[in-house]
Amino acid sequence: MSEFLLIMKNELVITFIIFLLLFIKLGKGMKNESLLSLIQFLLLLNVGQGFTFSEGNLFGNMFTNTEQIALEKNILNLGVYLISLLGAGWLKQHKHLPEFFMLMLSALLGMNFLISSGNLLIFFLSLELSSIPVAAMANFDLEKKASSEAAMKMILSSAFSSGILLFGISLIYGTTGTISFAELPAALNGSTLQILAFVFLFTSFAFKLSIVPFHLWTADVYEGAPIAVTSFLSVISKGSVAFIFITALYKVFSPLQQTWYNMLVILSIATMITGNLFALRQQNLKRFLAFSSITQVGFILFGISGGTNASTSAVIYFVLIYVFSNLAVFGVVSIVSSATGRETISDFKAFYQNNKLLSWVMALALFSLAGVPPTAGFFGKMFLIVAGAGNSYLWFLVIAALNLVVSLYYYLKVVRAIFMDKNDNPIEKITIGASEKLGLIICSAGIVLVGLLSWVYQYISQL
Amino acid sequence: MPNAINIALIPLLPLAGFLLLGLFGKKVFKNSAGIIGTLILLISAGLAIYTAYGYFFDYGKVNDVYQKLIPLKYTWLEFSKDVSIDMGIILDPISAMMIVVVTFVSLMVHVYSLGYMKDEERYSTYYAYLSLFTFSMLGLVLSSNIFQIYIFWELVGVSSFLLIGFYYDRPSAVAASKKAFIVTRFADLGFLIGILVLSFYSGTLDFNTLIQKLTSPESSELKTAVASSFLGVSALTWGLALVFIGGAGKSAMFPLHIWLPDAMEGPTPVSALIHAATMVVAGVYLVARLFPVFALSAPDALSIVANVGAISALFAAIIACTQTDIKRVLAYSTMSQIGYMMFALGVSKYGGEDGLGYTASMFHLFTHAMFKALLFLGAGAVIHYVHSNDMKDMGGLRKHLPITHITFLLACLSIAGFPLLAGFFSKEEILLAAYQHNAIIYWIALITSGLTAFYMFRLYFSIFWNSPSPRGESRGEVHGEHHGEGGAAMMLPLLLLAVGAVFAGYIPFGHFVSSDGKALESEFHLSFSIAPVALGLIGILTAMWLYKNENEKPAKLAASLSGLYKSAYHKFYIDELYLFITKKVLFNLVARPAAWFDKTVVDGLVNFTGNTTQDISERIKSVQSGKVQQYAIYFLVSAVALALLFIYVWK
Repeated sequence: MSEFLLIMKNELVITFIIFLLLFIKLGKGMKNESLLSLIQFLLLLNVGQGFTFSEGNLFGNMFTNTEQIALEKNILNLGVYLISLLGAGWLKQHKHLPEFFMLMLSALLGMNFLISSGNLLIFFLSLELSSIPVAAMANFDLEKKASSEAAMKMILSSAFSSGILLFGISLIYGTTGTISFAELPAALNGSTLQILAFVFLFTSFAFKLSIVPFHLWTADVYEGAPIAVTSFLSVISKGSVAFIFITALYKVFSPLQQTWYNMLVILSIATMITGNLFALRQQNLKRFLAFSSITQVGFILFGISGGTNASTSAVIYFVLIYVFSNLAVFGVVSIVSSATGRETISDFKAFYQNNKLLSWVMALALFSLAGVPPTAGFFGKMFLIVAGAGNSYLWFLVIAALNLVVSLYYYLKVVRAIFMDKNDNPIEKITIGASEKLGLIICSAGIVLVGLLSWVYQYISQL
Repeated sequence: MPNAINIALIPLLPLAGFLLLGLFGKKVFKNSAGIIGTLILLISAGLAIYTAYGYFFDYGKVNDVYQKLIPLKYTWLEFSKDVSIDMGIILDPISAMMIVVVTFVSLMVHVYSLGYMKDEERYSTYYAYLSLFTFSMLGLVLSSNIFQIYIFWELVGVSSFLLIGFYYDRPSAVAASKKAFIVTRFADLGFLIGILVLSFYSGTLDFNTLIQKLTSPESSELKTAVASSFLGVSALTWGLALVFIGGAGKSAMFPLHIWLPDAMEGPTPVSALIHAATMVVAGVYLVARLFPVFALSAPDALSIVANVGAISALFAAIIACTQTDIKRVLAYSTMSQIGYMMFALGVSKYGGEDGLGYTASMFHLFTHAMFKALLFLGAGAVIHYVHSNDMKDMGGLRKHLPITHITFLLACLSIAGFPLLAGFFSKEEILLAAYQHNAIIYWIALITSGLTAFYMFRLYFSIFWNSPSPRGESRGEVHGEHHGEGGAAMMLPLLLLAVGAVFAGYIPFGHFVSSDGKALESEFHLSFSIAPVALGLIGILTAMWLYKNENEKPAKLAASLSGLYKSAYHKFYIDELYLFITKKVLFNLVARPAAWFDKTVVDGLVNFTGNTTQDISERIKSVQSGKVQQYAIYFLVSAVALALLFIYVWK
């Protein structure tokens, strides 16, 4: 019993918070402001507890926890905490605040189980738990039609993807007779049916990670959903799937390495190029971020294709940095959008004129996303590329590098708009709430320090 | 043992000062910025002196040899087990000496600027930049590996760029700061390549390991570095020569000196700090830091150092005799004196008596910092009073500026090598070292020392004696009594530095700083000193005869030496030569074809890529239709296509 409590501590804490919120909602309720502060405090505690963990397996290896998994989970915890800070302006005004966090924490719970899963069954269940609440969250701008449309598109696409995933899982069970991660490697022999099953399984990862050509839902959903949800989707959701993706490829489907390596090469190239092509022409910042995050996933795939421990560390490290950088950008966009309702790139022209602090944070985060030294993003990209290059075709490396340059161009285009372009009607000075300020400070500190403090990467790489 | 935190605080305090004043200076510390900056530096200087004292007298010496200590080492970027970039602190005789010099002179400049810059609009920005510069310079001095020193090297370049261009509304200041930055950057390219060469052959970036690997005769790294050659010169010599190019750029050695005179556009206290005592000696420091490798493994590279130093020393001294802008005279004099330090290193050998040049060079660096900073600050006081840089506007100022006059005279005597003042001792040592090892350089040095005395006293007599210029006089009267010499803040540094300029020579320098860390007894030969002292006196007397009172003699002399005078006055047309090479040759032969290539071929390619990209993205736009049922179909088709691909085609 005590083993159960300790190994599943992270999940239990999140469940506890969900129930607490439920009771508050059922009871008299609280004022939004104080409730939000309480939630932020609880989420901060949640990040704090994430630093302690116990390793072990539960339920006949259906659930595992290791130091690495605990770190991955805590990166997600941190991301959720940052979202609760950065989205404060929007959240405070929302009349369904407790529901929002119940849904978000349910999704987080699903992701935690997902990372820990040791069995295709629990993998499927937790994948559903991590995506269905998000679809409901996407609908949270209740009076906006686009928001409902986003939720609809998401749930339909998601259901479709789940169907194919289940088909794949049943084929795997049919050909091998097992769904346990531990037993699968020995049972896989690369038969035609198994490859078909693997491709189906792969597509569901590809769907969640917005890998081209399974990315089509991304832009519509990102644009329609509230910014807090978009940032959750693009950072937390992507991060969690990337983590389990690595486990699945390296540990479970290791006999099919040649297949998935080639698949990664094709899809990574397609993803980087398509993401770049679309990001180049976006005017809406949320859509822009959606497509640029697709490109970032392409780079993650490049790193994963390395297939070594260095790849695993590089991906975890990259996701950590990505949490800080992308949430900072989303944070700024969210602050501006909720204060003025403006969210296109041309609205941000001459943004620096009235909003010095926000401009600097935005520039720092965009530099990090573009991979400009000495921000952390540079080190993240560097380790990803190094990890991927170890096992790569030269032309693959060249394509990745070229795409890196293109992405540099459009990220810096936004920076240029903020600092250099002229605007007759620049965005007025925006007052930043305390929560948002704290969130932005944490993100900025993360962007600067995670790269410069070398022990962060060293810690990750020795796991 | 050294306390790593104390030492780390020496550069970090000015950094904190920079951040504090840079971020909040304009609003919060508008008037107190100077005091804050000065107090921070006072602490820093205190720590530096404490550290140096501890090193020299307490823990530095083991078995009578000064050790190279690494009190702090932090692995910053680790590429593999052996190759990593560290951030560390090195503590050895020269770095201990340098932190004292840098913090002391910087402190003097901070104090002096309290008076000199007090009416400036961007007072707090000025102090922020000063702190940044001090931080960079201290970081450079304390760097324990060659990559770290490169980072700080560039930081020093940036902060000096900011300081030279401080009066950014003056076009000449902007041009000067750009020139300084570009010329030194150009030289730094050599430095960077040199770093890559050295680290490639030694397999390390750490100074101590690098020196050890490239000097011990058995090491395989040394053998490969010497054996591999390019254009008939060994890779090691190339590496060191390239590193020296970087040093020559920062130290304004011929022919990379062209930025230094123009850099006088910056505020005068800045010139005292950057262009007299600290940044310009970075090149000397760099050669000294790698001295064992130069001396033991690549004597060819060392002879380059010696020759460049000697040429610069004489060349700059000749130009200095003709300039009329007092700061430019001091700039050329600085270049000449740094030439001294360079060739002293160049003629030196490693270890024992033959290492005298090394000690002498560092000794001269130390004393020069004192008297040259004093000269610049004195010149600042004069400019403050006259509001002009030109000698023609000055004259007869000794009554108006008594303290400046006395301290300036002491500094002039010191740099001229007048017996028993600081400059005398260090210069004698350099001359002795040159005499022992290289006759030609000795003669060059001797002539230069006579010229030095002449141009310094030309400067002195033109400012403080001669007939008062009508312009200067009227200026003085307008300001009258309330203006005067500029208050205690400006006079105190002059007095303190004057003490240094007089007494710094009595430090038994060889005991502390020598090429191999063992104490070196400096001998004093009375007979040897006769020639330089006599030449110096002749220089002083000539200057007195020509410039003490207003007369026709200087003009006549200039006329009779017309050719030489003219070309020296125009700095031997080096600037024009550069202009010719860059504007005419490079521009027409390289830049224009390159521009054509860029516009038609490169731009064409880029535009083509861009247009194609736009085209494609226009065409695939329809895929992103917004219809969810279509998305599902694409999903399914892609999944099936992938499956088919991997089952049948790419198995």
